[in-house]
Amino acid sequence: MFRFIVARLLQTIPVLFVVATLTFFMVRVMPGGPFDSERALAPEIKHELEAYYGFDKPVAQQYLIYLGRLLHGDLGPSTKFANRSVNEMIAATFPVSLQLGGMALGLALLLGITAGVIAALRPNSSLDYSASGISMMGICLPTFVLGPLLVFAFALKLRWVNASGWFDATDRILPTVTLGIAYAAYVARLTRGGMLEILSQDFIRTARAKGASEVRIISRHALRGGLLPVISYLGPAAAGILTGSFVIETIFQIPGLGRHFVTSTFNRDSSMITGIVVFYALLIVFFNLVVDILQIWFNPKLKF
Amino acid sequence: MANRPAYQVLKMKLLNSLLMLTVISLLAGCGQRETRVEVAAREQILLYGNKTEPQDLDPHVVEGVGEHTIIATLLEGLVAEDPKTLDPVPGLAERWEMSPDGKVYTFHIRSNAKWSNGDPVTADDFVKSYRRILTPSLGSKYSYMLYPMKNAKAFNEGKITDPAQLGIRAVDARTLELTLECPTSYLLNSMASHYTWWAVHMPTVEKYGDPYKPGNKWTRPENYVGNGPFILTEWVPNSVIRVRKNTNYWDAANVRLNGVDFLPIESVDSEERSFRAGQLHRTEELPNGKIDAYRKDNPQLLRMDDYLGNYFYRLNVTHPALKDKRVRRALNQAIDRQAIVDTVTRGGQKPAFAFTPPGTAGYTSRTQLKFDLEGAKKLLAEAGYPDGKGLPPIEIHYNTSENHRAIAETIQQMWKKNLGVDATLRNEEWKVYMDTQSSTNYVVSRAGWIGDYPDPNTFLETFLSAGGNNRTGWGSAEYDRLINQAACTNDKQQRFELLQQAEAILLDELPLLPIYYYTRVYLLSPMVKNWHPNYQDHHPFKYVYLEAPAK
Repeated sequence: MFRFIVARLLQTIPVLFVVATLTFFMVRVMPGGPFDSERALAPEIKHELEAYYGFDKPVAQQYLIYLGRLLHGDLGPSTKFANRSVNEMIAATFPVSLQLGGMALGLALLLGITAGVIAALRPNSSLDYSASGISMMGICLPTFVLGPLLVFAFALKLRWVNASGWFDATDRILPTVTLGIAYAAYVARLTRGGMLEILSQDFIRTARAKGASEVRIISRHALRGGLLPVISYLGPAAAGILTGSFVIETIFQIPGLGRHFVTSTFNRDSSMITGIVVFYALLIVFFNLVVDILQIWFNPKLKF
Repeated sequence: MANRPAYQVLKMKLLNSLLMLTVISLLAGCGQRETRVEVAAREQILLYGNKTEPQDLDPHVVEGVGEHTIIATLLEGLVAEDPKTLDPVPGLAERWEMSPDGKVYTFHIRSNAKWSNGDPVTADDFVKSYRRILTPSLGSKYSYMLYPMKNAKAFNEGKITDPAQLGIRAVDARTLELTLECPTSYLLNSMASHYTWWAVHMPTVEKYGDPYKPGNKWTRPENYVGNGPFILTEWVPNSVIRVRKNTNYWDAANVRLNGVDFLPIESVDSEERSFRAGQLHRTEELPNGKIDAYRKDNPQLLRMDDYLGNYFYRLNVTHPALKDKRVRRALNQAIDRQAIVDTVTRGGQKPAFAFTPPGTAGYTSRTQLKFDLEGAKKLLAEAGYPDGKGLPPIEIHYNTSENHRAIAETIQQMWKKNLGVDATLRNEEWKVYMDTQSSTNYVVSRAGWIGDYPDPNTFLETFLSAGGNNRTGWGSAEYDRLINQAACTNDKQQRFELLQQAEAILLDELPLLPIYYYTRVYLLSPMVKNWHPNYQDHHPFKYVYLEAPAK
C-alpha cells in the first residue's frame, strides 16, 4: 500500500509539469492581452506594465521564471486585481468552494445512496420507478435551470431564504441543494445498479439462509460491494463539483474559486489562469488517489 | 411486486396528508419576514449592486466605473459635484481662483479637512499624489486625465524626469497652485468627477509597498486611509465591500447614511432576483427582456436615465468597400435608428444623429445626420454600386453579447432591405475583439464611448488622427487643428464653435455611424431619497439617505 501511494505521488510530478507547461504556452498564444481595453493605453505605460509583470522578457525566460516560482509554490501576481497575488486569491476563495462542494457531495451521497438502495430492494416497483424517474429528472435538469427555479420558489415567493450571497447559514441551502441534486441523481443510479448486482450473488443468499436480518444484509454485506461504482465515480465527481461550480457561484453570487477560474480567462490574467489550472490539477490528482485507496479498501478483489 | 395490504395504503395516505399539513403550516407561520432592504433602511445602510469586483481601490491604478462608485465614497477631490447638476462645488478646497488667462488655478484647502486617521489634508498631499499618478513606472491607465497640467504628458511619457517641472506646487500647507498647458475650461468638472484628480495618503501608500509600482497593499481595509465621507471597513472579494461613516470627514455632520454595502453581482439576472428578494436598494443594470414587464407592472422601481455615452459602429475607411465617403454615407442614411431604440434596445435610449450626446455641458451638435432612404440609394449608385451590386462584402464585427447581436442583425436587415447590401456578422470574445479593433482588422465594428467628464471634448478628441482610440484609419488635418485649437481656447462660446466645426467634419466624413445615446437602465427602491438622475450616473452618497416604509 505504501509503495503504491509513493508511486502514485511520483507519477503526479510529470503530470503537473505537463499541465503547467501546456497552460503557460496556451495562454501566451491567446489573442488579446491583459492590458487591451476600450481606452487605448499609451505605449510608454503599456511598456512599464509589461516590464513590471515580466512580459517584456523573451518567452523562454518567462517560462523559466514561472517554473522557478512554481517550485516555490508562488503562483505570481494577478494582472487584473492589482493588489492581490494568485496565492491569496486561491486562499480566499477555495475554502468557499470546498465548503459548498463538500456539502453538495454529502447531500448527493445521502440522497443518492438512500434512493439507490430503496430502489434496488424493490426493483421494478412503483417506488423504484419513482426513484429512477426523479433521478433522471435530476440528471436532465441543468443547474442553471434548477437554481433560478429554486430561487423563484424559496426566495421570491416564500421569502424563506435570500436569492444570492454567502453571508448567513441559510444562504448555503439553495446552492447546496442545486449542486447536490444533479450528483445525487447519478449516485442513485450507480447505487441501484451496484446493489442489484450484489444482491443477486450467492453470498447474500447464504446470509439470508443463515437468517440474517434485511438491515444486516444491506449494511454488513451488500453495501460494501454495491457502493463500488459510486466510489469510483467519487473522484471525477469531487473534481467536477469543485472545478465546475462556476454556474452555481454565478447564480447565487458565491465568492468561490470557480468564478475566478472562468473570469481570469476573459481578463487574460495569465498568472491567475495558470495558477488555478495547476491548483486544480493538483486537486484532481489528489482526489483520484484518495478514490483509488478507498477502492482497494472497499474491494476485497483488489489487493496490494 | 405483490399488492400492498389495504392498511399500508391507508398509512401512506395518512403520512402524505400529515406531510402536506406540515408544509402548509410552515408556510402560514413564516409569513413575510422583514427584508434586508427594510432592516438596512432603518440602519441607514445603502445596499448597492455594483456589478463587478473592483480591480483595486487605488484611484491612481484603476480604470472602471464600478471602482469609481466605491472610491467616490472613500476619497474626495478639491472640487466636488453638486448632487443634482454635477456642477463643481467646493470639496476639500473651500474656494479657488483662476488667473485671468485661465492657466493658473489656486486652491485653498479647508482648515478642517482631515484624513480618516486624523492627519490634516495638505497641499503637499496633492503634489505628491499627482507626481505619483504621472510616474511612468506606476503604469496608471488613466493618467492622461491629468494631461491639461503643465508638463504632465512629457513627465508621464518619461521625456522629462524632474517632478519639479510639473505644473503643481504647494504654496503653503493649505494652498495649492496648479499651472496648465493651456486654459482648460472643463478642468473643474474633470477634477470633481474623476478619481485620478483625488489625492492618496502618501505615508500610508509608502508604508505598504512601493508607491510607484503596481501591487501596493495600502488599499486593504485594515490599511486604507481616505478623506471622503466614508471609510473602508470590509472587503471580501466577489462578495461585499462595506464602507461606514467617517467621523473625521470635514462635513460628517451632514452625511446622512451610516454606510454603503457594495455587492459585486456579476450576473444581471441574479442581480435582478436579489433586488426582488429585497436584498438591494439599487441594481446596476436590468436584463433587456425584463424592461417591458417593469414598465407595465412596477414603473416606480424602473429608472432609465440619459447617460453620457454613444453606441456606434466604427467604419474602417481603409477597407475597399468603405474607402468611398458616399458608401459610408449611404450606409448611414439607410439605418432607421428610431426603429432600433423602439424595438431592439427598448431602454429609453435616444437615436444618435451626432457623436456628442445632445446637451453635453450645454453643447449640441449643429450638424445632425438623417435617415433618408432615397438619398442613400442615390449615393450608393453614384459610388458605382447601384443596389449594392459590386460592393465588396461587408462584415459587422462585435463582441459576443445578445444585445450587440440583435442590433447587428437589425442593421444587417436594414442594409439588405434598403440598399441591397449584403453584410455578414462576426462576433468575438472581448479581448480578441479589442485586439481586432485596435489593429483595424475589421470592416464595420461595434463600439461604445462613455465620456470621462461632461464636455464634448471627451468625445471629439477620440478621433484625432494620432489618437489611440480612433481605430478607423481615418484622419483629417483640419479636424486635428480644430480640436487642438479648441483645447487651448478659454472662451466657452469660441471653443464650442470650434468643436461644432470639428464635429461637422466628422459627421461629413463618417468614420463612424452613431446609433444611439446610452441610457442607464436600473432598478431603484423608493426608499432611496435625494437621488437625482444625471448624465454621468454619479450620485454623491453624502447627500443620499433612506426612508424605511411606514409599517
